[in-house]
Formats: sequence, C-alpha cells, structure tokens
Amino acid sequence: MEITTKKFKSCDMVVVNGRIDSSTAPQLTEALEGITGDGRFKIVLDMSDLEYMSSAGFRALLSSQRVCKRYNRGEIVLAVIPERVKEALELAGFTELFKTFDDAVEAVGSF
Amino acid sequence: MIFAFLLYEPPPSADEEAAFSVEMRKSTFDANFHNLDEIREFVGEAARQVGFSEKEIYSIQLAADEASTNIIEHAYAGIENGKIEIDCSIAGDELKIVMRDNGKSFNPSSVPEPNVKADLSERKIGGLGMYLMRKLMDEVSYESSPKTGNALTMIKRKGDAG
Repeated sequence: MEITTKKFKSCDMVVVNGRIDSSTAPQLTEALEGITGDGRFKIVLDMSDLEYMSSAGFRALLSSQRVCKRYNRGEIVLAVIPERVKEALELAGFTELFKTFDDAVEAVGSF
Repeated sequence: MIFAFLLYEPPPSADEEAAFSVEMRKSTFDANFHNLDEIREFVGEAARQVGFSEKEIYSIQLAADEASTNIIEHAYAGIENGKIEIDCSIAGDELKIVMRDNGKSFNPSSVPEPNVKADLSERKIGGLGMYLMRKLMDEVSYESSPKTGNALTMIKRKGDAG
C-alpha cells in the first residue's frame, strides 16, 4: 500500500493506493495522526486507487474520525469509494459515520 | 506449499457429485499479518475455480482475512511461531474453507454482535471481524479440541446473497 498526502488551504487530502489490511492499516493510522497531530482536522480520504480494505482499515478510520469530530473541529470524508469496499463499509454500518463523495474535488470543496 | 488432488467420477447424480467431485487445496501459513495478502490470494484462487463472481470472491477473501486476523491477534496472542493451516474444498457450487490453528480457543457466542447502527461515540470495533464473516459467508462454525486444536469452517455457495 502507498499513501500520499496533499495539503490544501481548507483541508488535507490522503490518497490511498493498494490494499489496507491488518498489516498495512498502521500506515493509514500514521498518516492520519500526522495530520491531526498538526492540528488539522478536515481530511478527505481519496480511495479511487484503493483495491481492498478489511475491518483493520475501518478501525483506523473510526478512531481518527473521533479525533477529528471532537469539538466540531472537523471530520474525515470519504471520496471515490470503490464498489467492493463500499459494500463492506455498508455491511459494517460505516457509511453512516462518514460523508461520502463520488468526486475528490467535490469532497475538497465541501470544507 | 500447495497440495492439491482431484477425484472425479462422472456421470453423477447431484449427491454423488458432491461426494466424488471434490478438489482440495491445502496450505499452511505462518501466523503473521504480512501473510494476509498470500492467504487472500490462496482462497481467491479456489473461489475463482468454483466460478464465483468478483463480488463473491471479494467477500470470501475478506472473510478469510478477518478470520486469519482474529487467529493472529487473539488465538496466537503472546504465542510465537504460530501456524494457520487452510483447507479449501470445492464441491460443485460450494467452497468450504477450514482454518486450523493451535492457539488459544474462544467461545464464538461470547463475542457480542457489534451495533452497526450506533453513533460514532458509541461505536465499538470489537467483534466486527466475526460479524463480517457471518454476513459474507453462508455458514460459519467453530470447533475446538485440546487434541486437534481450533477449526473454523466457512462455507459459501454460488449465487446466494452476499
């Protein structure tokens, strides 16, 4: 898995590429904590090149979403979720916890 | 290492087909998160052979990943050099995956079902792996014996929901 981050004026974007499982989820946590540790809490997760995500990835998203939403200072939104990943997120009830966007630019514009 | 054999006995009735046309793939993996990719690939190949759809293959791979993760995280917690033995048997439209370990056993009914409708603040992640396995597969069962260790069996049939 590869992760790249981009800093915008209104938010940060995290682009994930490849597969997120128990082996790679710590990298996602690290990337998200790097941003929230800087005092930035508005994050777009661009999932367009994500092939796979297990509940280890869901767990990473959940804990960072809690940090971001605290004091209403921000949130993580999910952009361009691949069909299979979306089905699993829905099954776990996770699409209720995150705003989702079909387009990354639109997601950035939401902040 | 993969050990595979094929028994085929045509022309069978449906029952005979289930009994005779069984192919078994067996492999053993070190219980390590770094092997999850290989485990997903191993069960994915068996699923492809049955002719499951891409969606079903993803579901089977996710269920096998969650099961392996639970074994590594819980059964082998504090235990080094654990192994996971995986048998995939293909019979007609059905794939049966048996995952064996020699770690700590657990009582599946003691794992509370997660509330997948809870608010962010109330949401708990524990039990989500087991929940997904039950949702993604048609049958999930677990057996444990001091002699033979733990065995988790998951069955998926082609064309069923999920």
